[in-house]
Amino acid sequence: MTADPIGVPLMRVTTERDRCVGSGQCAMLSPEVFDQDDEGLVTVLQEEPADELREGVLQAADLCPSRSIRVHG
Amino acid sequence: MTQSADAAPETGSPLPQFPMRRTCPFSEPGEYAGMRADNPVSRAALKVNGKPTWLVTRHEHVRQVLGDGRVSSNLKMPGYPHQFHIPEEMLAQVRLMMLNMDPPEHSAQRRMLIPEFTARRVKEMRPRIQEIVDERIDAMLAAGGPVDLVTALALPVPSLVICELLGVPYEDHPQFEEWSAAMMNHDLSPAEYGAAVQALDMYLDKLVTLKETEPGDDLISRFLEKNRTEQVADHVDVVTMARLMLVGGHETTANMIALGVLALLRHPEQMAELQADPALLPNAIEELLRVFSISDSGTARVAAEDIEVGDVTIRAGEGILALNNAANHDESVFPDAGTLDIHRKEARSHLAFGYGIHQCIGANLARVELEAVYGTLLRRVPGLRLAAEPDELRFKDDAMVYGVYELPVTW
Ligand code: HEM
Ligand code: SF4
Repeated sequence: MTADPIGVPLMRVTTERDRCVGSGQCAMLSPEVFDQDDEGLVTVLQEEPADELREGVLQAADLCPSRSIRVHG
Repeated sequence: MTQSADAAPETGSPLPQFPMRRTCPFSEPGEYAGMRADNPVSRAALKVNGKPTWLVTRHEHVRQVLGDGRVSSNLKMPGYPHQFHIPEEMLAQVRLMMLNMDPPEHSAQRRMLIPEFTARRVKEMRPRIQEIVDERIDAMLAAGGPVDLVTALALPVPSLVICELLGVPYEDHPQFEEWSAAMMNHDLSPAEYGAAVQALDMYLDKLVTLKETEPGDDLISRFLEKNRTEQVADHVDVVTMARLMLVGGHETTANMIALGVLALLRHPEQMAELQADPALLPNAIEELLRVFSISDSGTARVAAEDIEVGDVTIRAGEGILALNNAANHDESVFPDAGTLDIHRKEARSHLAFGYGIHQCIGANLARVELEAVYGTLLRRVPGLRLAAEPDELRFKDDAMVYGVYELPVTW
């Protein structure tokens, strides 16, 4: 697992594009971490976002209507 | 314990009837709280035809059902819980809209459309939406109060936004607006209503034909272009898709505009807070969407296989209404759910746009429209007030999409 300079483990974000239904909830909620590509499907801008983005990322994962977002750590 | 819709009811009492009435415009039907507590997945009879359906009322279960690949949205399946009368012969003829398709047809069409509704694309539409809103408010202010906010603002704004989206030529906008408003006018005779529906269908047919030969910078043209390689739709499918944009995006947004304004007028302290700090608006909009959940039973399904929901087994072929208004008043997710609170932290967890593969494709667009309308009214018409007694207002108690028929206001 990766760690930030002071040794706190970072969270890691993965998505399953095959499941994504392009609702754009994630890109609206946490635009620093999620975007939609030309096809409207989810892309991850930062796989290991900083801790201050955690709340938005967790909320995006919870609200994603197709459960395409996984947060590890 | 398991039960299914055709098992004998334990008490022998007749099934409750659906739809149930909201006790007040700002609350869910009175029966829902009891169902959520004691009988969260229970049976009811549809008023329109007496047929049984399951009602799902807890937030957790509504999400579960709408996220389950074993339920179908196909309204031609026997057991689908229809809420208005469609004769069998007509049902057989109906061309399915994406809303009523299942994968893989649903996924193919949805994938063609999602680039039109990304967070970025919707942001790009914001300036034009603001212009539409400003023009309408200019006209309203010039006419002077009292005016009916439904006809002056709530109906035209989303209709014009859909014109932009579909690439309806500018000179046709007034006509398009008139027909789409007629489709929502419950005071018209069946003949007048039928004529408006037909005129609009013919217009959309003509519009798609036009885009086939003279493509523009719009959703229909891009859909046709992609379809040349993907081959997922014929001409009638494209017309049906264009109609779905209107069916899905017009009355829903219009009703939310009018109800939201009413809610703010009835909660003056919260309205004053929003006036002082427009940054509160996005969360206020989620809360208004939650409180009204105007498309409560729009999330209708039929089980394609047996599924377990809570203690209940829903059998293949049985109808399900995953009630998003009931879910949005679930106290385990929204404490003090009956109270409008624009600061509510968990407001965004509402299911007013549905959940799962059919979750509203226009949700982010609707949010931008609502923000433009509420924000501009708060800023430009700070003295806005109701020009009728609250108890004179008529609400759409029997309609599929909840709303208010007229909203007289002045300033
Ligand atoms: C406040 C306004 C709106 C509300 C409350 C609303 C509500 C909903 C709901 C609950 C669904 C899911 C239905 C289901 O699961 O079977 C849905 C789907 C849909 N909505 Fe909306 N909607 C709104 C605005 C819009 C707008 C502005 C558009 C487009 C211009 C739109 C287009 C659609 C379409 C095309 C679908 C079908 C999606 C699919 O089947 O994949 N809606 N809407
Ligand atoms: S919220 Fe989920 S379904 Fe919607 S765009 Fe993001 S990953 Fe895709």
